[in-house]
Amino acid sequence: MIDRGYYSGFGGAFLPEILVATFEELERVFRQAKGDPDFWREYADIMSTYSCRPTPLTYAENLTRHFGGARIFIKREDLNHTGAHKANNVMGQGLLVKRMGKTRVIAETGAGQHGVATATMAAKFGFRCTIYMGEVDVERQRPNVFWMQRLGAEVVPVREGTRILKDAINEAFRDWVSNMDTTHYVLGTACGPHPYPEMVSYFQSIIGKEAREQILKREGKLPSRVYACVGGGSNAMGIFSGFFEDPVELVGVEAGGKGLDSGRHASRLCSTDASVGVAQGYKTYFLQNGDGQMLETHSVAAGLDYVGVSPILAHFKENGRVRFEAATDQEVVDALALTMRMEGVIPALESSHAFAQAFKEAATLSRDDVVIINQSGRGDKDIFTIADAFEDPTWQDFIMKKAERYHA
Amino acid sequence: MLESYLRARLKERNILLMTHIVLGYPSFEDSFRIVETMVEAGVDLMELQIPFSEPIADGPVILHANQQALAGGATVQQCMDFARHVAAAFSIPFLFMSYYNILFKYGVPRFASEMKERGLRGAIVPDLPPEEADDYLKAMTGNGLAPIFIFSPNTPESRMGRIAASGRGFVYCVARKGVTGLNTQFTNQLEEYLARCRRATSLPLALGFGVKDRKDVEFLQGKADIAVIGTQTIRLMDQGGIGAVKDFMGELR
Repeated sequence: MIDRGYYSGFGGAFLPEILVATFEELERVFRQAKGDPDFWREYADIMSTYSCRPTPLTYAENLTRHFGGARIFIKREDLNHTGAHKANNVMGQGLLVKRMGKTRVIAETGAGQHGVATATMAAKFGFRCTIYMGEVDVERQRPNVFWMQRLGAEVVPVREGTRILKDAINEAFRDWVSNMDTTHYVLGTACGPHPYPEMVSYFQSIIGKEAREQILKREGKLPSRVYACVGGGSNAMGIFSGFFEDPVELVGVEAGGKGLDSGRHASRLCSTDASVGVAQGYKTYFLQNGDGQMLETHSVAAGLDYVGVSPILAHFKENGRVRFEAATDQEVVDALALTMRMEGVIPALESSHAFAQAFKEAATLSRDDVVIINQSGRGDKDIFTIADAFEDPTWQDFIMKKAERYHA
Repeated sequence: MLESYLRARLKERNILLMTHIVLGYPSFEDSFRIVETMVEAGVDLMELQIPFSEPIADGPVILHANQQALAGGATVQQCMDFARHVAAAFSIPFLFMSYYNILFKYGVPRFASEMKERGLRGAIVPDLPPEEADDYLKAMTGNGLAPIFIFSPNTPESRMGRIAASGRGFVYCVARKGVTGLNTQFTNQLEEYLARCRRATSLPLALGFGVKDRKDVEFLQGKADIAVIGTQTIRLMDQGGIGAVKDFMGELR
């Protein structure tokens, strides 16, 4: 591996020796695919026939009128198969698995979206599939566990550590170091050792390519700002990549949880609780203590509840190309409520972070400005979580009655 | 130098024994008593693992020990102090084993100079391949410490040569795929792998992952220079306390 995937000193490949050869193979196959125009055509074709690409760009007319500032557009990644941008990455990696001739895939999942997406890909391509999921996430995202199992995947609840996304990643690595000859690890975000940050961003770049074309066609100009939520950073890397060369302000929105001062958040790039470290095979900003032990994170959105962040985004933080902000759980729930009522679209709690920040800024922009919000996933499949976030009494009543019927 | 100590010791013994403990598990007092027990039982060198919250190369037993040590409040500073204590009390060489973030956050040059000052002899950092190790190599060799690198069964011979050129002391040969503490087959295949390792370097070879009893150690005589007992002593400690570890060590060689 000659190129070790460094971005302003972030990234790298901090691998146990047993995985070095596996990463060399992955790097080689990815490099070949990236240089092969037929590969992208095959990828774009499968995304337009198996998923719903190109996804629409929706003009949010009512929200625009409500804030009285910038014209607001929503990039509809929620309309992908399985309801999130995760499909882009897993189908791309699935094609690489076929090229490598492997027969089994493993993945970590937090919110469950990446797990479900991987399980569909495995079913379609005929791979065996094991998904690692923190026990806490298994509890809060039970419906996704149901779907993964129905799709034929084995779901392994991870009871180690903080029992969320980072622990699921560790367990996936532990599986991989035993089974790399047959198995590919479908890492779900633009993190981890090189080449994952580059590779996942490459597959997600389809979002930005489309969004740029769509906004130019519709509005005849570039947006002033583009908003995306940032957990690991794959949907943000995806949409931002369409605008890196343009005079467009890119805004990444992290999970502010209970507030940046509360210590209960998952904000790596805009809180002072994070510092540079090396874990899970790469160097970036981590929420960690002075000894380098990872801290517990919190977000209402399981998909943003992660200690690290894409090294490529850490690089854009460092050079100022992307502005990073945080939205609190409460701001996110309010933004979700407003979006549903005004536009009839249902963003995931993760995506609602991007909406919350855009809403804070829309009124300060002029009516000539255009902004795009990346709706990375849909919220309706997270009905249990969102109903809890809204503390909906009639829903609670329904669940209690349903539970009684199971008892009977 | 660590290597010359090992060479001298190998003139007296067919194979050396290296054991592994997780510092602060179950407590620092227990860690000290385990070291004492192992040294009395004739162990030749020891790895002291500084616990880390994300030990990706470790299997369930050592993972659990890492988490329990951290839950008990173990800090890097306490590990440093513990190392000074045992290095002064016992004459065998002690190595640190940990993941790179522990060194990185401490400051790699400071970490190495404090290791030297406390009488440690080297370190094993399983998530730090030589390609990422420039700062570490400079700091370790600058302080006369041995940076110990790792071979695995799927490491090509050409790469083994490059890895060995960066390392000092000995090379840690991982016996098989997978994490620590799982079963290893002691077969011809392992023997062939060790022969490949031997061709790639003149450094002494340690063999670890899955070494659990006298039979395994006997198998390794003449094929490796050091047998590494990691998970098994922690497992015995969990089941039968320090007494069980003492009996086990007595039966190994």
